[in-house]
Amino acid sequence: MSLFEVKNITVSFGGVKALNDVSFTVDKGEIFTIIGPNGAGKSTLFNVISRIYEPSNGEIFFDGENISKIKPHNISSLGIARTFQNLELFENATVLQNMLLGRHIYKKTNILSEILFTSKARQQEREHRLKIEEVIDFLDLQHYRDTLINGLPYGVRKNVELARALCTAPKLLLLDEPSSGLTNEETNDLSFWIKDIQSLLGVTIIMIEHDMSFVNKVSDRILALNYGEILASGLPSEIKENADVKQAYMGE
Amino acid sequence: MRFIFKTNYAQDINIARHSGDRLWYSLLIILMLTMPLLIDDFYLGEISYVCILAIAGIGLMILSGYTGLASLGHAAFLGIGAYTHAFLLTNGIPFFASIPIVIIVSFMVGALIGIPILRLTGMYLAIATLALCFIAEHVFIKWEHFTGGNRGMPVPQPEIMGMSFYDSATFYYVCLAFLILSMFAAINILRSPTGRAFVAIRDSEIAAQSLGVNLGLYKALSFAISGAFTGLAGALLAHYIGYLAPDIFNIFLSLTLLLLIVVGGMGSLHGTVFGAIFVGYLPQLIAICRDYLPNSIGSQPGLEPMLFGLILVLFILYEPLGIYGRWVKIKLFFQLFPTYKKQTFKKQKVFTKSDRV
Repeated sequence: MSLFEVKNITVSFGGVKALNDVSFTVDKGEIFTIIGPNGAGKSTLFNVISRIYEPSNGEIFFDGENISKIKPHNISSLGIARTFQNLELFENATVLQNMLLGRHIYKKTNILSEILFTSKARQQEREHRLKIEEVIDFLDLQHYRDTLINGLPYGVRKNVELARALCTAPKLLLLDEPSSGLTNEETNDLSFWIKDIQSLLGVTIIMIEHDMSFVNKVSDRILALNYGEILASGLPSEIKENADVKQAYMGE
Repeated sequence: MRFIFKTNYAQDINIARHSGDRLWYSLLIILMLTMPLLIDDFYLGEISYVCILAIAGIGLMILSGYTGLASLGHAAFLGIGAYTHAFLLTNGIPFFASIPIVIIVSFMVGALIGIPILRLTGMYLAIATLALCFIAEHVFIKWEHFTGGNRGMPVPQPEIMGMSFYDSATFYYVCLAFLILSMFAAINILRSPTGRAFVAIRDSEIAAQSLGVNLGLYKALSFAISGAFTGLAGALLAHYIGYLAPDIFNIFLSLTLLLLIVVGGMGSLHGTVFGAIFVGYLPQLIAICRDYLPNSIGSQPGLEPMLFGLILVLFILYEPLGIYGRWVKIKLFFQLFPTYKKQTFKKQKVFTKSDRV
């Protein structure tokens, strides 16, 4: 059963076609990796899915629903969470506050009950915190709860961004280069976490990644893009042997 | 140094972080309550003015310090609050009924203005709010039925439980009560999802949006809440001034509010009070200094705005976190004595942002 489907997506910036007639489906519970040289249109694809860019053509379906006309701030309440290539954390806030933002879509209070901080508002804070603690335990962030993002090392920031996305309790997780800037050891941890997110939390993952050993370790299927067009898609072993992919990465 | 052992989620939710907070803030409130016994009427009036400035400061702080949106037009909200309040009192509405109406009116005006102009960002937003300030001033001049135009408008001084506002102690207690209430309201907003959404918009709009924050709605809400606080301050300011004229609510008042939050410390509610004390007493300080300066400098008419500007620039250059930031550093110096390092507050340089989305 396919959870997510991209149908004939085309994105053009002026004369440049960043994506040209791209279609693929992602099954429920899958780890689906998108690879491709720089400028292949991978991040553009993510930005189209999170509705930051408007596609000039094509449709996107999530859970049987057409999401290509939904407002960008409503995407996360459908169950799609994402991380960013160049970290978009709230830098002058603590790790906890960042993660609490992940619970924003579950907000039940209005501004009046917040000004009075009624027992309902207090209860809500406590419930959010309970959920967040689960994620903190999952990703080993116990040490950093009250630390400002400003003072954290890069690897931990990456982790916090993943944690924040998990706090929304997503069905589909979009990871934009999760291992970039991480040490080997951190990448190794990440591969276990991603596997756990898939198997324990039942989250479907679409990931953009360059580190091929990492990709081969975690992905169920791979899609290779180049110049906005699909080069190949299939199992990791198939992609490795694909002549077009070899040519795009290594030349003739 | 105090180490807090956390055993309960409530410790992160509560306003007071530990018993020390509770002790010191209670002492502060007791001191403020006994103030009329300690000092004479003139200084009491000055403290009332500081309270009013602090309430307006809270308003601008929520917008600029927490949501990251600049405004050079907050004098307009002070004016709206002041004129609405004076108009209602003149028409026989009692004080405690008038204040909620003022808050609602300025909230509505804030929301209505906010929805179109908050599509702008950065410099352009500052220009639009600057225009708001001038438009409001002209409306106050031209709408004579409501504001009395250039002739001005007397503000009736009501009585509360048999005590007149002419009595400076009564007025002081009213201002203090509203400041404390505003402070609690602001703290509560900031520790709830709405306040966190504001901070999220300030730090990264794109991430806020992808986490489900409706940017347009929350920016307008921030502007409206900010307007409501400032409107309330305007209503109290009307009593402090006693006679409203349109030229009170000019660009200079807006800049004073901006100076208040920058000097106090962006992004902290403590900062609004520190800033209000600073801005409230600065004119007095300048007046005193005039006597000691050589006549050619001391008698210059534009001395005050020039010094305001100079102080603003110096703070932005040398202490961007304002008086509150300095206070935090001094506190840490004594907590860590003698191991405090100047680098503690040095911002770590990381190059993670690019203009790619």
